[in-house]
Amino acid sequence: MGALAAQGNENSKIEVEQLHHTQDNAAKSAILTGCKSEIRDLDFFYGDFHALKNVNMLLHERQVTALIGPSGCGKSTLLRCFNRMHDLYPGTRYVGDIILHPDNVNILSRNVDPIEVRMRISMVFQKPNPFPKSIYENVAYGLRVRGVRQRAILDEKVEEALRGAALWEEVKDRMNTRAFELSGGQQQRLCIARALATDPEILLFDEPTSALDPIATASIEELIADLKKKVTILIVTHSMQQAARVSDYTAYMYLGELIEFGVTDTVFIKPKNKMTEDYITGRVG
Amino acid sequence: MSQGCNIPIVIFNLFGSALNRYLFVTPPQLPAETTTQPKTLGYSHRRHLYERLIETLLFLMAFASVVITLSIVVMLVKESYVFFQHVPLWDFLTDTQWTPLFDNAHYGILPLISGTLVSSAVALSVAIPLGTIIAIYLSEFAPFIVREIAKPFLELLGGVPTVVYGYFALLFVTPLLQKIFPELPGFSLLSAGLVMGIMIIPYVSSMAEDAMRAVPMNLREGSYAMGATRLHTAIRVVAPAAFSGIAASYILGISRAVGETMVVAIAAGMQPNLTWDPMEPAATITAYIVQVSLGDLPHGSIGYQTIFAAGLTLFLITIMFNIIGHIVSRRYREVY
Repeated sequence: MGALAAQGNENSKIEVEQLHHTQDNAAKSAILTGCKSEIRDLDFFYGDFHALKNVNMLLHERQVTALIGPSGCGKSTLLRCFNRMHDLYPGTRYVGDIILHPDNVNILSRNVDPIEVRMRISMVFQKPNPFPKSIYENVAYGLRVRGVRQRAILDEKVEEALRGAALWEEVKDRMNTRAFELSGGQQQRLCIARALATDPEILLFDEPTSALDPIATASIEELIADLKKKVTILIVTHSMQQAARVSDYTAYMYLGELIEFGVTDTVFIKPKNKMTEDYITGRVG
Repeated sequence: MSQGCNIPIVIFNLFGSALNRYLFVTPPQLPAETTTQPKTLGYSHRRHLYERLIETLLFLMAFASVVITLSIVVMLVKESYVFFQHVPLWDFLTDTQWTPLFDNAHYGILPLISGTLVSSAVALSVAIPLGTIIAIYLSEFAPFIVREIAKPFLELLGGVPTVVYGYFALLFVTPLLQKIFPELPGFSLLSAGLVMGIMIIPYVSSMAEDAMRAVPMNLREGSYAMGATRLHTAIRVVAPAAFSGIAASYILGISRAVGETMVVAIAAGMQPNLTWDPMEPAATITAYIVQVSLGDLPHGSIGYQTIFAAGLTLFLITIMFNIIGHIVSRRYREVY
């Protein structure tokens, strides 16, 4: 479905390689137009464990990029590099760059405050994790963290975010009920609203539907398709069907390496790498 | 904190394994290829008898605690009944003097209640803030090493005999306080309460910390992912999520403070005194009971019966806090 939008970017893998090996600045900037973020030679370590090995890829602006691969391949690890989640745990180490455009800043740099990064790159987790607060306060959380106090601004942003997450109609009359009283699918949409309320530039989804039933899953996928009009989305999923349905670009990872990256339709229909093909066709789990 | 219950368990285990050996005679060593599946599907009376036995034993042990509690209550009520036949309940609740040992005896519980409440309030104003801060630090901020070292020390604080705390209050804290407040008497609720507060810190902090550590990591990550700092996450997300457990820790602290005996008996003086001023000496309910129990009042005299009435009052206060705590922690229990 994303192929139309991606026409002219037939193969992003080649793009990444060109980007790194060309000295021609004009060619570089041509590729970088519409690029929200680039991962350059990224390695990641949990203590001695080498979890990501020399990953290179691009995130296209206002497109959905899916990370697929078997369990333990490092797709969540890669996702969590984007908001510096690993900084919370001792013994983790990043080597390499994740450049955020248009600032052209390496968000993994020691000079960059992870809190600043998280203020611009939001995340939705695998299991819905609403806070023990009212629906309203859950959505307003990020704004309060940023010091927003005026009720009018909060009200407006909360409504906008809830509408963005397709939850407004269901909860507008009970903004003060506790978030735990919502159903699982509603809780996950609340978490999406919470992430949206602060106008993030990139939205990270870590298997957002794995704890939900098929109907709730469908509504979240619909939402993702809608959200990409505004934000760049990176989604980890263990369902290849989901990747095929929602994403414009797909990256296949295996044992910490990026095996293949490209336009979703190409990756699924004509994968270049034998390993990708084996995984997609279900010969390798 | 309650490691004392290990001994019955050990005994129980020994007994259980002996029973096991008696009931299940080890079968002769089977050849390697023999299947371990039972030969028949017949009802094993021996196995079910064993199960029933264990069940009964477990029931009896659980039941014993109920029986003991109830018999204490029955004893308190029975002895208090004798007391209330001599002293009208109204006098007991409203009289402002407690002088059961004087010729002109007055039996007003209020002075003892005021002493108990004031010393507890002082103790809790130390234990609750400090205990909570320590719990937040240990659960959310402290590196692994610091936590592993700090926790045993903190628990040691709870293991010091209360009589030691009593003399610590009387001989160290009171003189120290007298340097700040020269008019402070040698015995005071303030000094006893402060030390009692220090004594209670580990109860509050350890239980509150356990409650906060039980908050799933994924809730914290959600908060960090929104750009929140550690402090913001601890106060706005972790503490509310653990509120039920934290409230339970406060209730435990209150029960400890109200029921604490030795520190107040030693450092607060033993004169019943209807006052709300912590700078004065006063007796608490517990201190009075100690005083009478150690004295030479004849068994069965009205003076002697007072301790049961006082004990019943204390029991009712404690049970009231327990019920409130139970309601609060039920009301705010989070299902993650």
